[in-house]
Amino acid sequence: MTGTGIRIEGLRKRYGKGSTAVDALKQVDMAVAPGEVVGLIGPSGSGKSTLLKCLGAIIEPSGGRMVLGDQVIYDNGWQINDLRDLRRDKIGFVFQAPYLIPFLDVLDNVALLPMLAGVRNREARRRARALLDALDVGHRAAAMPSQLSGGEQQRVAIARGLINRPPVILADEPTAPLDSERALTVIRILNDMAKSQNTAIIVVTHDEKIIPTFKRLYHIRDGITREEMGDGRLP
Amino acid sequence: MISLAGRDILHSWGKFVFTGVGLGLLIGVTLTMAGVYRGMVADARALLDNSGADLWVVQQDTLGPYAESSSIPDDSYRALLTLPGVASAANVTYLTMQVERGQTDVRVMVVGLANGDPSTSGWPPYLIAGRHITRGHYEAVADISSGFALGEHITIRRHQYTVVGLTRRMVSSAGDPMVFIPLKDAQQAQFLKDNDAIWQNRRRTLANPALNPPGAPRLAEAVLASQSTNTYVNAALVTLAPGHDANAVASDIRRWKRLTAYTREQMEGILIGKLIASSARQIAMFLVILATVSAAIVAFIIYTLTLDKIREIAVLKLIGTRNRTIAAMILQQALALGLTGFVVGKITATFAAPLFPKYVLLMPMDTVRALVAVVIICVLASVSAIRMALKVDPAEAIGG
Repeated sequence: MTGTGIRIEGLRKRYGKGSTAVDALKQVDMAVAPGEVVGLIGPSGSGKSTLLKCLGAIIEPSGGRMVLGDQVIYDNGWQINDLRDLRRDKIGFVFQAPYLIPFLDVLDNVALLPMLAGVRNREARRRARALLDALDVGHRAAAMPSQLSGGEQQRVAIARGLINRPPVILADEPTAPLDSERALTVIRILNDMAKSQNTAIIVVTHDEKIIPTFKRLYHIRDGITREEMGDGRLP
Repeated sequence: MISLAGRDILHSWGKFVFTGVGLGLLIGVTLTMAGVYRGMVADARALLDNSGADLWVVQQDTLGPYAESSSIPDDSYRALLTLPGVASAANVTYLTMQVERGQTDVRVMVVGLANGDPSTSGWPPYLIAGRHITRGHYEAVADISSGFALGEHITIRRHQYTVVGLTRRMVSSAGDPMVFIPLKDAQQAQFLKDNDAIWQNRRRTLANPALNPPGAPRLAEAVLASQSTNTYVNAALVTLAPGHDANAVASDIRRWKRLTAYTREQMEGILIGKLIASSARQIAMFLVILATVSAAIVAFIIYTLTLDKIREIAVLKLIGTRNRTIAAMILQQALALGLTGFVVGKITATFAAPLFPKYVLLMPMDTVRALVAVVIICVLASVSAIRMALKVDPAEAIGG
């Protein structure tokens, strides 16, 4: 691994206090380099969603350290003031369902993020169009989300996750609603985008179809991660 | 930055338009209700303005002639003319009644005018057609809203009156159109009995030895004559000589003539403060209810619209949208809904007002007040939806 995409050391998360406390994350150690796509797999209740929420700065861990790029964002406490800006500018999200804004067309669904960051509308739309073209959905830029197929919607969601060129993208079961062919297409897109935009991508999944495509995997069980090498076979 | 509220409205415009129209009709009713009240006040003021009087002289200790019945001798005006400061005084009678017009009848206020010319107090100050009353009997000038036309005949009691002139905005404080007839005719109409009653009265008088003693046949005739004539009017309208204070002259009339005299301000207070006060309170209650219903509708619609977008709001918060952007989106939608309703309501009220049987006066300041009220209601109505949206956990977008 070269450079620092995201690095997590000894991350812990405890819910509740005293005798009712639950340790959702006990010892999480991960490192994902820029341009790399890694899988995060584990059974239900293993702590995947909690880890994703910690990485996404949605909930606060109970301890440990997180480094995003060159910036320490958590070290037994948040090291930055505005988590909202962090989520907007440094972290991209791709969800199981696309969750596109239904009242915005495809172009503005993608352009909304840079607009929120203060980029002028014209520039934001130019960047969004370029990204949509790269993801082969540029021809649907004027369509409303309800007019898109599931695969197209997911590609638009990926474009939205990438538009602000975040150093890290968190993808939560991005292929769950898709058939094998489209699931592999999405993974291929994520790999291409990781390389072209130098982004570290963590894909949370238990989709057997795509697990073999990762070169590196993190297994999580009972709140503890274990790294292993994957097949890296992407047809 | 694009307008999230605007895009959402465009996306679900049907829901917005229908809700806006429904709200608009409510606002239209609210504006019209305010217009009804304003119309009542305007009618009351028009009644006072058009009478051309500075003082209203009525029966002692009454609120006449509009709010209570009042009866004063018809020669009182002569005594009033002797007082310093009184430039003119004219008798007047008012009688509200139903008069036939074709197959229907219309409620009018019959006004008895003292002899004189159009400058005499009580006379209609202007005509829109025809001429003023010139004959002593059986001519009438009618307000155009009564529906009578020139040359038509109005039956009042047993007599027919020919409409020789038409006027406008001459109405009672209740909004009933006025019909002006000569004073003598009006006095007769006020106290005229039916034929049977006259016959019975005459029989009783002649049978009474005290009123019809043998050897004095003229006494009974005199008694009968006094019983069949009316020498009372409802009020005397007084105009002041230049430079005289209305309150001082009114005080003199009260003191020396044993009559009650009201100035313009006092009479306006009686009409607006007493005669239409209960109607005004009733309308105010309606306005409060309508405003509350409007607020509830806006709040419900905005809350429902926000509830439909919980997942999108969670995504917006997750990707870094600030709370104020989300709050602004909801607030803008509430305001857009309110303003749509306001425009629809204003148009509805403007077109509906002339269709009302009584005068509806839509005042620009009331429109401005309604707009401010709509904005305040929309802001308040959006509070619950904004609170709900701000409580949405961005983690809901991830699930798990």
